Amino acid sequence: MHATQSQQYAAKIASRRATSEPVWVRYGLITLTVAFLTLFLLVPLAAVFTEALRKGWSVYIAAIFEADALSAMWLTLIAAAIAVPLNLVFGVAAAWAIAKFDFKGKHFLITLIDLPFAVSPVIAGLIYVLMFGLQGWFGEWLIDHDIKVIFAVPGIVLATIFVTFPFVARELIPLMQAQGKEEEEAALVLGASGLKMLWHVTLPNVKWGLIYGVILTNARAMGEFGAVSVVSGHIRGLTNTMPLHVEILYNEYNYAAAFAVASLLTLLALVTLVLKTYVEWQAARSAVRNEEGVIAS
Amino acid sequence: MRLYSSGLLWLVLWHGLSVQAADLLNASYDVSREFYKELNPAFIQYWKEKTGETIAINQSHGGSSKQARAVVDGLEADVITMNRSADIDILADKAKLIPANWQSRLPNNSVATASPTVFLVRKGNPKHIKEWEDLVRSGVEVIIANPKTSGNGKYSYLAAWGSVTQKGGSAASAQQFVTNLFKHVPVLDAGGRGATTTFAQRALGDVLVTFENEVQLIQQEFGEDKFEAVYPSITVLAENPVALVDKVVDKKGTRKAAQAYLDFHFSAQGQAIAAKHYLRPQVVDTHTTFKKVNTFTVKQAFGSWADAEKTHFNDGGIFDQIVQK
Repeated sequence: MHATQSQQYAAKIASRRATSEPVWVRYGLITLTVAFLTLFLLVPLAAVFTEALRKGWSVYIAAIFEADALSAMWLTLIAAAIAVPLNLVFGVAAAWAIAKFDFKGKHFLITLIDLPFAVSPVIAGLIYVLMFGLQGWFGEWLIDHDIKVIFAVPGIVLATIFVTFPFVARELIPLMQAQGKEEEEAALVLGASGLKMLWHVTLPNVKWGLIYGVILTNARAMGEFGAVSVVSGHIRGLTNTMPLHVEILYNEYNYAAAFAVASLLTLLALVTLVLKTYVEWQAARSAVRNEEGVIAS
Repeated sequence: MRLYSSGLLWLVLWHGLSVQAADLLNASYDVSREFYKELNPAFIQYWKEKTGETIAINQSHGGSSKQARAVVDGLEADVITMNRSADIDILADKAKLIPANWQSRLPNNSVATASPTVFLVRKGNPKHIKEWEDLVRSGVEVIIANPKTSGNGKYSYLAAWGSVTQKGGSAASAQQFVTNLFKHVPVLDAGGRGATTTFAQRALGDVLVTFENEVQLIQQEFGEDKFEAVYPSITVLAENPVALVDKVVDKKGTRKAAQAYLDFHFSAQGQAIAAKHYLRPQVVDTHTTFKKVNTFTVKQAFGSWADAEKTHFNDGGIFDQIVQK
């Protein structure tokens, strides 16, 4: 990188300014932050695993391989396996339309995509009860055709899709907007087909943002409690997802088993965190590489 | 990609098909889990011996009003087992899933088991709580489930009210007493199990007002040496009715098994299992010794659940008035 003299100078000033506070202020703030993080993040995290293993490994293993727990995991995986690819396709399509084209109602569309963030998950669940419930709009018709939506797997999948709707699109829109559409235009001028352009130009450019969005979608899909709770019907072994199963176990005084299943969800969160950090690091590297490319040319 | 999506389809189908037509679903209230964990296997075995059919019984538990609401909204429960008849009445009123006379279809007004509302105090009874009046002494904190959302809370409230009126007190003095009582309640949990957790796990309050069967279960779970049951001289008897959900069983073709399952509740074996879980059997004498307690039913003290509901728990009813004060 060929930074200019003035850039180096500016960087020096900035770095000195950041550390110009008295020593006690700096260490005081660091201690405060570490204490806060320990109290609110590390201690609860440790508590989940201590509680889970309180009665030993055999109880832990038994709780995880219990039939209802396995079926809860299975259902959680199915819900995520359907919700994530659908929202991936939708998110790319929406971000593409919003970032690369101008049309009427664009801001309205963005607001609409954000709606699941603004709506409480309980409301998200109730929307489906109002639509597909026996007393709802399509209730009679669904009963006549013997289609089960709520209190069954489809309802859980729908609720999961709803609450994870914005993640991919929200991640991609600013990225695509920043990149502009020159590269795509160049590809088209050089004779690439639309699909070829998507595959070789657009997607590689937003690769890390996309993966980041998918990771977030997946984490939320597996962890969602509120919306899924409303449409689940809580039939053990059939319509309980992992978070719902944790609640049931806890209410049955089965604390060790509840925390055992909770620890799996916590592990999932930790894996998500590691993946997320890795993706952010990769994204930053590819951004730097792009910058270098621009400067070199 | 094609492999992935066909695999996924297969998974969903497999999951969907694993729900067999012969399976029964029992939508029940919050604190009946332990009872059904024992009753269901017993019935499954009985049914297999009798008919050769293997069935499975699925359970769904939650606050009773919430569960009733779910069935009204389309949760396909073959049977509904609640802790008060009002939560089954709404299946007839709101959704026409069952006939209005559902209570007359089974013995004893469809009430298989019952449990009086009693007190649980900490070991040694440090606050010397023996009677309803003791709950409103200064410095006593009482844990009760929210009467707006749980049957357990409604019974506790009505028990307190009836403890005055059944002894000849006026409605005005009953209201005075209940108003005073709820001033001693620091938190209102949404369901009976939540109130238990608050009292036993979080160690809040001096006395928990809940069903006798829950009180016994707490002592079993948390140890006899931590708590003591206290029986007031008069209290309400919480009756646990069961009902067949006609529309669902006719659609699923499960009427025979579902009916037999309900009948099993009233059989000697079913009643004995109930007694084991501290639910008082109502139709068969199982020779289990339950503490003698002077009780009244909601019907005796308040006319009917519908009346009690209207006067006390509906929006703007007496409960709303006393908690606003």
